[in-house]
Amino acid sequence: MTEQTGRAKFLPRHLPSRELFAEGHRGCQGCGEALALRQLLEVAGPDTIVCSCTGCVEIISSPYPETAWRVPWIHVAFENAAAVAAGVEAGIKILRKKGRYPADRRINVIALAGDGGTADIGFQALSGALERWHDFTYICTDNEAYMNTGIQRSSSTPYGASTTTSPAGKISIGQQTQKKDMPMIVAAHDIPYVATCCPSYPLDLIKKARRAFETIGPTYLHVFCPCPVGWRHPSDMSVEIGRLAVKAGVFPLFEIADGKLKLNRKMDKRKPVVEYLETQGRFSHLKPEDVEEIQRRVDENYQRLVHRAECDAGGIDRSRH
Amino acid sequence: MGKRIGLEASLAVSEAVKMARADAVAAYPITPQTHIVEELSQMVADGDLDADFMVVESEHTAMSACCGASAVGARTFTATGGPGLALMHEMLYIASGLRLPIVMAIVNRAYSSPISIWGDHSDVMAQRDAGWIQFFAETGQEVFDLTIQAFKIAEDKRVLLPAAVNLDGFTLSHVIEPFDMPDQEEIDAFLPAYEPQVILDPDKPVTMGAVGFPEIYTEIKKQQNEALLGAYEVILEVWEGFEKAFGRAYHPVESYRTDDAEILISIAGSTACTARVAVDNMRDQGKKVGLVRTRLWRPYPFEETRAAVKGAKAVAVMDRCLSFGGPGGPICSELRSALYPLPEKPVVNSYIVGLGGRDITLQDFYTVVEDAERVLSEGPPDEYQYKMIGVRE
Repeated sequence: MTEQTGRAKFLPRHLPSRELFAEGHRGCQGCGEALALRQLLEVAGPDTIVCSCTGCVEIISSPYPETAWRVPWIHVAFENAAAVAAGVEAGIKILRKKGRYPADRRINVIALAGDGGTADIGFQALSGALERWHDFTYICTDNEAYMNTGIQRSSSTPYGASTTTSPAGKISIGQQTQKKDMPMIVAAHDIPYVATCCPSYPLDLIKKARRAFETIGPTYLHVFCPCPVGWRHPSDMSVEIGRLAVKAGVFPLFEIADGKLKLNRKMDKRKPVVEYLETQGRFSHLKPEDVEEIQRRVDENYQRLVHRAECDAGGIDRSRH
Repeated sequence: MGKRIGLEASLAVSEAVKMARADAVAAYPITPQTHIVEELSQMVADGDLDADFMVVESEHTAMSACCGASAVGARTFTATGGPGLALMHEMLYIASGLRLPIVMAIVNRAYSSPISIWGDHSDVMAQRDAGWIQFFAETGQEVFDLTIQAFKIAEDKRVLLPAAVNLDGFTLSHVIEPFDMPDQEEIDAFLPAYEPQVILDPDKPVTMGAVGFPEIYTEIKKQQNEALLGAYEVILEVWEGFEKAFGRAYHPVESYRTDDAEILISIAGSTACTARVAVDNMRDQGKKVGLVRTRLWRPYPFEETRAAVKGAKAVAVMDRCLSFGGPGGPICSELRSALYPLPEKPVVNSYIVGLGGRDITLQDFYTVVEDAERVLSEGPPDEYQYKMIGVRE
């Protein structure tokens, strides 16, 4: 079983009213990442250290001399959120062992990175930190491209999306590759807890974040964060688009605890993918046959998850450490 | 009192890290640095060093993790060299910009391509402007002493900058030398526990590594530069204290038989041992030759350097690094800059030696001194920039 520190069952009324990700940050209207951060920090609480990679979150939250962080926060570089968090965790651990840090104080060490900082440039540092079994939570806020620098494609950009470096053109559909499956790649490290979540489903996100923070060892949250600017949708649609992504099976909500996958919202009847795609300008160039192809891929992926969940329910104990 | 033993210079680094009671080490193995991290690993495995040793997946992560550990107040160390140092490049600037007093041993190794595991100074010279305090060691004893001193200097609240100790790959790192091992109590008295000034503390949340817009970036960099310039006085102070405690004197520039010297050899690192023998031999032949060795590389010791070469007719600077298409070796360029404002100054010649582990022989010193003599009598040719010594053509 996953080792956890004990606390009572979560209820929404347990949430504190204080915002640790302060108002007044420079995020765009409808920013899915900012919304996710507020929810995540409500769960994390003040005994938290956040190690951010370069990206939207870092830029909007720390324009010197202002800061949106009411918890200790460090940004070092783009490609190393996990490595910095590893150092923070190891530093606290040894100082605690040597009696220079409160023995009974558990600190949530969070590595926070976007999809580029996770699936591309920070991939190695993430894999290393997971393998070394640092006691930290890696949070990938995935808005499916390099939004901070102007909507360039990452390996987390979905097939068919038009970005500034995977533009749709006369002979191109836009992004021609498949979205890198980070949660599964992370899960392959056999860490105690991996989950996907979306701020459109706050209670699901909060439950998962809480489990991730309370679990001893490396944990990973992959947070789907709609981006009005990059995805080209109205800013008041972010929450709805997150819901559509989940309901269409484009971004299934699941968790893998001790190696066992559980679909959190198993849907026998999913919304057609087109209902999700048509909300966003980045997909507006797609032809009916392209949509059909995307639907086929989403179906295939979803069925694979369902199958895996059924197999895992049968029970193979893969817990370690 | 300590004891005198034989010790490999790499292990002297590890001993220094142990006796400094480092809290966190993050490192990735790379030749010729491996003996340092192997020894540290064994020390941790045996319980002799109470530290968290992160055996990480790259040097980039090593320096990143060092930043994290240092930011929570841990005394932090790493070691690398050559390509590993290159991979750290971006992090080196960030460590100094964040004012994190990390200490690093750089076991100097040439850069690829062609790949070479052997020593020269190309690695550190490419990091010259990273904002670190930088020393060059000549002996294993000096490597140990500088590592201990580096923690004290870096962590001084007037400094708060990272510091690097350079030791030549193989020709120093793998050499076993007589070594005075101090007692732990002596080190503890000289180097107390690290008292960090600002850390990532949930009780007093701070934001580290914020965005610096154009209206503030310059001021922050000026502060950082002043800290590095100001470190000079702290370094001298720490060396004075070290001499009192351990009896070994340290200066930014070390001079040997320079009093009446007309031609000075300038060099950094372990090659100075050979240079000293060459100077003695040339002195025996009646040549007025001396040696100046660069120990402190950053902050650059302008006054000490000017004083060290005062009165000489020529300085033959021997660099183990080539600035492609540039004015010569980096140590030579700095020396020329330091001397430029002076009304009377020696002729400064640049020689490139010992690239990629090529042996630097006694003959090489004779060659550069003969060349300096020729330049003094005939004057430099028009296109004179620098000479590569010992090239097989």
